[in-house]
Amino acid sequence: MKKKYSIFSLARNALSGHKDWPKMWRSPEPREFYDVIIIGGGGHGLGTAYYLAKEHGLKNIAVIEKGWLGGGNTGRNTTIIRSNYLWDDSAHLYEHSLKLWENLSSELNYNVMFSQRGVMNLAHNEHDIKEIKRRVSANNLNGIDSFWLSKEEIQKKVPIMNTDNLRYPVLGASYQPRGGVARHDAIAWGFAMRADEMGVDIIQNCEAHQIRTKNGITEGVETSKGFLRANKIGVVASGHTGVLAESAGIRLPLQSKPLQALVSEPIKPIIDTVVMSSAVHAYVSQSDKGELVIGAGTDSYNSFTQRGGFNIIEDTIRAMVELYPVFGKMKMLRQWGGIVDICPDASPIISKCDIEGLFFNCGWGTGGFKATPGSANVFAHTIAKNEPHQINSAFNLDRFASGRLVDEHGAAAVAH
Amino acid sequence: MLIINCPYCGPRDQSEFSNGGEAHVKRPDGSKEIGDREWGEYVFIRANPKGLFYERWVHTHGCRKWFNCVRDTSTDEILMTYKLDEKKPNLNNFKSVVKTPSGEPEVGSGNFTVEK
Repeated sequence: MKKKYSIFSLARNALSGHKDWPKMWRSPEPREFYDVIIIGGGGHGLGTAYYLAKEHGLKNIAVIEKGWLGGGNTGRNTTIIRSNYLWDDSAHLYEHSLKLWENLSSELNYNVMFSQRGVMNLAHNEHDIKEIKRRVSANNLNGIDSFWLSKEEIQKKVPIMNTDNLRYPVLGASYQPRGGVARHDAIAWGFAMRADEMGVDIIQNCEAHQIRTKNGITEGVETSKGFLRANKIGVVASGHTGVLAESAGIRLPLQSKPLQALVSEPIKPIIDTVVMSSAVHAYVSQSDKGELVIGAGTDSYNSFTQRGGFNIIEDTIRAMVELYPVFGKMKMLRQWGGIVDICPDASPIISKCDIEGLFFNCGWGTGGFKATPGSANVFAHTIAKNEPHQINSAFNLDRFASGRLVDEHGAAAVAH
Repeated sequence: MLIINCPYCGPRDQSEFSNGGEAHVKRPDGSKEIGDREWGEYVFIRANPKGLFYERWVHTHGCRKWFNCVRDTSTDEILMTYKLDEKKPNLNNFKSVVKTPSGEPEVGSGNFTVEK
């Protein structure tokens, strides 16, 4: 049954004490065979299942997830959404995603709380200015809304920012008004619910142990709930994708590192846009609950501990306090780390591989949340058609042999 | 934050060190014969295991010497550090605490604070 949400259903359920809301998705036992198994029940994986069912007519699909839905990097990021990337390939991919975000709440009939409050990327030195202005021009040529803000315009938008009295003064910024933030859980839950309605089996607490192949053809996946046969497998397991690829004998150019974020105690509205600075390494937005959501950096070493080093937080807080002295006495409530898989060119891999029926969607590094619907959409196309969508054709595995990299280190929010 | 045992200076705070990625990576032989793919693998692909990992560190703000290390990436526990000219230790000498390739250590991911 299609679950509809409206002001009336909200009122009706409020009167009955919110006890009668229907379950958003089933929890089926896995079947023996699936046409497609998606490994990883985050936004990208659930979205892939949704688009496979909706746009490609596949019905026999499972999403398997080691923990709970959206408990990995989908729930461990700072939810910033933008498409102001330098190169054409990335700009098209992230803009595709941003356009899907703009219509997602109504498409899913589920509020993903996409708030287009604008995203600012600060420049702190001459080189930043040149680089950011170049990026603004590249964005405009690709039809992406992006413009240069002077220091005075920044001061007007974010009056609490200390632009002058700091070691790396703020000299200007790029601004993308259509950028913003969204609700991290909602994107996972919305996709899960609508995929489930189309018959997708969502299987939680089911850890993938090994991808089995025979003579270069995908056979299935060994899981904690037994062996599941499949014609095709899509691996979307972020930090753990490399580990799973290894189990099928495939080496991916990925390095897994903890990326940290933290939130403050809730306060009244004080910052109504997203401000990022990759030079001093601090970015911040304010959640609807009033917490400041602060993004920190990655550790310098490979690790799977969802924690991260304390020195990384110190660095970020130092920059935050210098940029926003008014936050100096605030308390931080929570801190966490997510394991991100970083590619040598800071661009993702959405690709098939040498093994027939095995597909990878990984390498999103420090900026995958914004791409969730776009990535899922083109990955579903790649799996269904056995060939990439025009938008993700550049993001193949072959680029690490041909050298045609999509070098986006400059546009990544986090310098890594 | 890690305490890293520099083979030359002894245990020091992680902030004195820089990480150098996977250790014991060998440049491929026959550079004229091998193809783009092999070169690509040498340039771009590094091991990324969850569990026991050979890696390099350099004591940047200390003796400035490079050395190797065996660390468990699932817990960040450093199991051994050794000089560059010392033999690569056998990983069977160490116990991996992760039972499945992508499983979590018993004490919980990122919470390896219990004294053994």
